This record gives sequence, structure tokens and C-alpha cells, in this order.
Amino acid sequence: MYVRVDERHRVALTLNGRERSGYAEPRTQLCDFLRHQLGATGTHVGCEHGVCGACTVMVDGRATRSCLMLAVQVEGRRVETVESLSDEDELSDLQRAFREHHALQCGFCTAGILMSCHEFLGRVLEPNEAQVRDMLSGHLCRCTGYTGIVQAVLDVARARQNNRQETP
Amino acid sequence: MKPAAFDYYRPTTRREAIEKLIESGEDARIIAGGQSLMAVLNMRLSQPRVLIDISAIEELRYIERRDDYLAVGAATTQAELAEYASLTEEVPLVASVLPWIGHFQTRNRGTVCGSIAHADPSAELPLCLTTLGGEVVLETKRGKSRRVVGSDFFQGVLTTDRQPHELVTEVRFPLAKAEHRYRFQEVAMRHGDFAIVALAVDIGETEYRLGVGGVADRPVVTSISRDVDLEDALNALAWSLEAQDDIHASAAYRRHLVREMGRRLITEETAREETDDVRPSR
Repeated sequence: MYVRVDERHRVALTLNGRERSGYAEPRTQLCDFLRHQLGATGTHVGCEHGVCGACTVMVDGRATRSCLMLAVQVEGRRVETVESLSDEDELSDLQRAFREHHALQCGFCTAGILMSCHEFLGRVLEPNEAQVRDMLSGHLCRCTGYTGIVQAVLDVARARQNNRQETP
Repeated sequence: MKPAAFDYYRPTTRREAIEKLIESGEDARIIAGGQSLMAVLNMRLSQPRVLIDISAIEELRYIERRDDYLAVGAATTQAELAEYASLTEEVPLVASVLPWIGHFQTRNRGTVCGSIAHADPSAELPLCLTTLGGEVVLETKRGKSRRVVGSDFFQGVLTTDRQPHELVTEVRFPLAKAEHRYRFQEVAMRHGDFAIVALAVDIGETEYRLGVGGVADRPVVTSISRDVDLEDALNALAWSLEAQDDIHASAAYRRHLVREMGRRLITEETAREETDDVRPSR
């Protein structure tokens, strides 16, 4: 695959379970492509150099900084953004827990944090607080602090664990 | 910021990647995981004419145990190496270092070879490679390749022995030696940030090989005999690194960390040797 500097390349991908496509120059970051070409504005763009974590999305099931990836690199891949977490008007258990624990205030960092938590909770079924804090170390939140976020994640992990035990 | 404009090339074989590299020379940059390079591009600190993406080259995605070393291909991510089941037995130093590299979100894409090719003086993998005496494999046209040991490969801040027409295709970490112990520790502003000082040590029967990252312009490894006074040796090492003041830490604090962390890493481990009695008495 070769895309010339001034060429607008058609990038086709699976976004939140749907086949989508848009046009990107070689230098277009994935975060800008998602927002401006595909209208997935749930993903927020913060520092643009991989420090703040606000733009975190899932690429092929793994949490990734979308400012540190080019749009042309997701051709043919599976991308999930924060829009994938809830069905229509129904918040997911993770999102509900964030609301209950006051885990966000301005909400700018939240979309990215939710995507990291989403991958983490799928992989670590019974996390302890230290593991949750380590996972969150890749994100900056400047208004609430992290206590509410940690409680929300631990709460969801416990609730899911209980559900697993109840269903035979 | 947004990167300056460039051509983007994503080959599927190493041959194609190397041919393009030879054609473009210093106008090209190689991108694998991009977890350092994308930040550099976004800030326009580097403005290549062409970006060669090697992440889709399947023949460079491998972790292989051979003879006395573990080979890691250039498309292998840090997360993939962390998931390699026998890493703790084969290269325990690397196993203990991986959780300290960035955050899990960056390890998902960042590659092992990319971190080494980038050569940040405070990065953990260059420190490991140098401390263990590992090698970097560089390839150029017609399958011509050469191997360079870590201590020769790293030549300064973001500067290595790689020539513009060469591709880093593999790094080789020597397997752990029986009777040796390996330890790592670093101090940073927060977990996952750049290390202010990082130390890696290979504790052998007659000497300690102590690697220091984050102080000099590249990882520096020193052998300290078990027969000399450890505190004197650490003090001499701390001064020899010519630490600099910067916004994160003073030179004096860096020297203090080298002495104090070095002493703790080594004495805690040697104290354990005596209680564990795993090693034959000397």
C-alpha cells in the first residue's frame, strides 16, 4: 500500500460493528479521522502526543491512543469508540457506575478512560485497587481526581462477578 | 499539533521495506508501533518525506528462543512479549521491566525493537539490552546483515549506530544464566513516565553488571567486582555519569539515586542469596 503525500486515501474499517469508510491523507491522525470524517465525536483529542489518554479507542480489541495512530493504519481493522458502549438510550453498567460514583465532572477525559476500563475489565475479572490504579496511570483527569473512577471500576468488577456466579 | 505531510508506505515483506529505505535514505522514517515516533511527528520534531510502516510485515512478527538467546522480531509489540509464556524463566530482567514501559495502552502498540531503535536515554528496553549484553540485528539490501551489541548500538540521545539504509529487524536478549539473578528498579514522576533514574542489574557469582538509564545520554553498564567496596564503587559510578540538572531532577539527586538504588538493589538481592541458599557457597 502506497499513499502519496497529497492523496486522499479511502479507508474502510469496521467502526462499532458497522462497515464504514472515509477519506484520509497519510498524515491524518486516527482521532481526527474518527471525528471529522466519520462523525464519531465521542472520542476527545487532548494532548496529541500520547500523554493524556483522552483519545483512547479500541483497535482490534485493544486500547490504543488514537492520536498515536494514523487513519491509514486502521484500514480493514475493527475500531470501537465510546459510542459502542451503550445501546441506544441505555447506558452500560460501566457508564452507570461512573455516574453513580461521580467519576466524572467535565467529562473530557471520560471517553478515553471508559475504553481503557472496558478492555481492562474484559481481561482482569477480579482486579484489586492497585491494578485499577496502574491501568488508570495512562490517563489524566484534572477535575475529579481518581477515587471515584477507581470505585466505579471495582464496583462493576464485583457486580459482574456476582452475575457470573448466579447464572449457572 | 498535526504532523507535516509525508508519503505513507506499508509493505508486507522486509525486502520491500529495505528497498524503499535504500531508495529514500535519510528522507525516510520507519514506523512500527509509533508510540514514540508519532509524538515526534505530531510535534514536527521530525518531518520525513516518507513514512515506511513495518507493522504489517508478518515475517517480522515473532518471538523465538534460539541457542542462548531470545530473538524478538521488529513487528512484535511489547504487549505480545509480555504475554510470551516463558519470558520470566528465559529473560527475567525483561519480564520485570515490561510493566514499567509507558502504560498498557501504549504497550498494546509499541514494539520492542522500536523502543530500542528510538534510543531514548531513559527508556527501559535499551537499558535491558545493554545490561544483558544483547544484540541488535540490522539488515540492508540482498539480505546483508550485521549484529551490533547494545553498548555499541546506542551512541547518544536518540542516536544509534544504524545507518540510513539499514532496518532493525530483530533484537536478541541473552537467556538468563543459571546462578545469576536479575533486578530492575526505576524512579519516575509517576508510573509510566520517563525514568529519572532506572537501574538494571545482573548479579553474577564474581561480579555485578549494573546498567544505569536516564542519567547519561545513553544506557551505561559497569561491572563491579564482588570483592571491592560496593558503596565506593557506586559513588565512583554516580560521578562518572556526568549527570545534568533538568526540570525533573538535579544532577545531585540523580547521583544520590544511583548510589542509593544501586546499594538497595544489590544488597537486598545478595542478602536473599544467603537466606535462600540457592547458590553454592563461594
